Amino acid sequence: MSIFTRVSRRSLTPYMFIAPAMIVMAIVTIYPLIFQFWMSFTNYGLANLRQGAPAPDWVGLENYVKILTSELSIPNYSFLRLFLYNIFWALSNVTIHIILGVAIALLLNHPGLKLKRLYRALYVLPVLIPPIVVATTWRNMFNQDAGAVNMLLAMVGQLFHIPPETFKLDWLRQVEDPISFIPLPLSYYAMLIANIWLGWPLNAVVATGALQAIPKDLYEAAEIDGAGKWASFKTITLTYLRPAMVPFAIYGFVVTFNLFSLAYFMSAGGPFGRTELLVTQAYRLVNERQLYAVGAAFAVVLFVILLTISLITNRISKATARYDDF
Amino acid sequence: MTTSKHRSFREPSLLTKILLQLAAIGILITVLFPIIWVFSVSLSPLNLIRPDGLNLIPKDATLEAYLKVIDRPTSNPVSFFELAFNSLKIAGGTALASVSLGVLAAYPLSRLAFKGRTFIMLVILGVLMLPAVATLAPLFVTLNGIKLNLPILGAFNLRNSQLGVGIAIVSGSLPFAIWNLKGYLDTIPRELEEAAAVDGASQARIFRSIVLPLALPAIAVTGFLGFISGWTEFYYSWMFLTQPRDFTLAMALSAMTGTYASAIPWPLVSAFSIMLTLPPAIVYLLSQRFITGGLAVGSVKG
Repeated sequence: MSIFTRVSRRSLTPYMFIAPAMIVMAIVTIYPLIFQFWMSFTNYGLANLRQGAPAPDWVGLENYVKILTSELSIPNYSFLRLFLYNIFWALSNVTIHIILGVAIALLLNHPGLKLKRLYRALYVLPVLIPPIVVATTWRNMFNQDAGAVNMLLAMVGQLFHIPPETFKLDWLRQVEDPISFIPLPLSYYAMLIANIWLGWPLNAVVATGALQAIPKDLYEAAEIDGAGKWASFKTITLTYLRPAMVPFAIYGFVVTFNLFSLAYFMSAGGPFGRTELLVTQAYRLVNERQLYAVGAAFAVVLFVILLTISLITNRISKATARYDDF
Repeated sequence: MTTSKHRSFREPSLLTKILLQLAAIGILITVLFPIIWVFSVSLSPLNLIRPDGLNLIPKDATLEAYLKVIDRPTSNPVSFFELAFNSLKIAGGTALASVSLGVLAAYPLSRLAFKGRTFIMLVILGVLMLPAVATLAPLFVTLNGIKLNLPILGAFNLRNSQLGVGIAIVSGSLPFAIWNLKGYLDTIPRELEEAAAVDGASQARIFRSIVLPLALPAIAVTGFLGFISGWTEFYYSWMFLTQPRDFTLAMALSAMTGTYASAIPWPLVSAFSIMLTLPPAIVYLLSQRFITGGLAVGSVKG
């Protein structure tokens, strides 16, 4: 038996409900996407924007070739670097978010901690702040001369008699990599700090929920069986955390992969475009460079990348779906 | 042996308790540090362009930054409330449009069998994967080609208007609203509807009298999420709007912190950030129980 309410085969009722939304979506969502696909094979630019301007020329795959072979005539553009950095940015962030989130959830779940509810309420404050405010605030905090981060470092440094001039770090613009054998600019670390601040609380909320669902007698049973703390953490805690954390990690990966605000407002992609993400590059192509056709092709490439990612993550989440399936 | 069995479930030692408390306070400091810093800077006098140290309460603490924000936060002749009203129009209008269209579409997708259902679901899922930036070029070009002449608003280019920005936002928020509401409707038991159908109620009647009231928490949550993203929307408004009277809060904040904003006093930026953050944060805190309830139920697959 179908789970759906059976309506007469020729009934128009479902279509009457869905028609308004579908008509609006067809005009404002689907049509632009199709138009975008067409645009990506043309040389649509500023000259074609005016009223009565000539139609753009068909250029075939030229835009795609230029994007993928880094032949675009804009400064600091390299597709491979952009793509690899974007993947690394998302992976490194999510890994730290999950580890911190679980660790802090364990702390919040410990029977010896007082004022749990107060901490839980205050720890999620970063989530309430709009992304643009988070990004602009951290941009100012990492300012070389007036930023709170350098001032704080100088204050701590004074306790160890380190001169305050040591901490005049130009966090968001320094060109030399801080760790010579890791090819990442200082602004990556600044953005990582800002995004850790922003990202772990929600992970802790999810992990706390999963921890509270673990039956307490499992730990007692494990201890009777002679299991140590580490063994019961590995076999009980992690097993129960996995079904909640894996989907959330995947969600976090996609969100961080497309995290516009920090890359755009904090570092502005700098230095030399090295902290640019695919989404901020897509925005700059259209907004700053008025390369509409290239921007359209770039969006199609981005779509293919995101589709691939979601197909891969779909397999991961299916493979780790539930603990009772093991 | 009997004592060791229960050892780990006994009261933890005092040292453990102190260490736990210290760790929790240490984490709390890192969470609150940027928030307190913004508050502190916002209380500094406006002639202090950049903070000169870390003070909880700055020297000569004053509210003049807030007064300046309310009066005229940017170099454009618009007040905070004019900017906020623009953001409110865009956020409220897009949230209302996507939720009301969304709940109508979510009902048959969740409940009724009809031709094309799977196809529509796949299209929505595909669209949901795209970040808002991905449809910027076609929306800009298309809306730019439309000149409107409406009774009250007069003649205008759809791209260079809040209506155009609203349309661009709905292109992403409508699929999200449909998906979210459908997910919630899937979790509502069908018995009531089946009983009503047996009694001869029409689909329209069932929707109005049974489904709609039951879906209210999810409608509120979806509307709230749509409102929040509209309130701080940046990509479209920054790209589309050129007339200062149309500008939004997010655009003003971006202009106050960009590369060319070295002369803008940070007390002003900080006060503006706080005033931009407070309305949605207050609404969230007031309706927290309601919202988390709607989200939790919506996320559990039935």
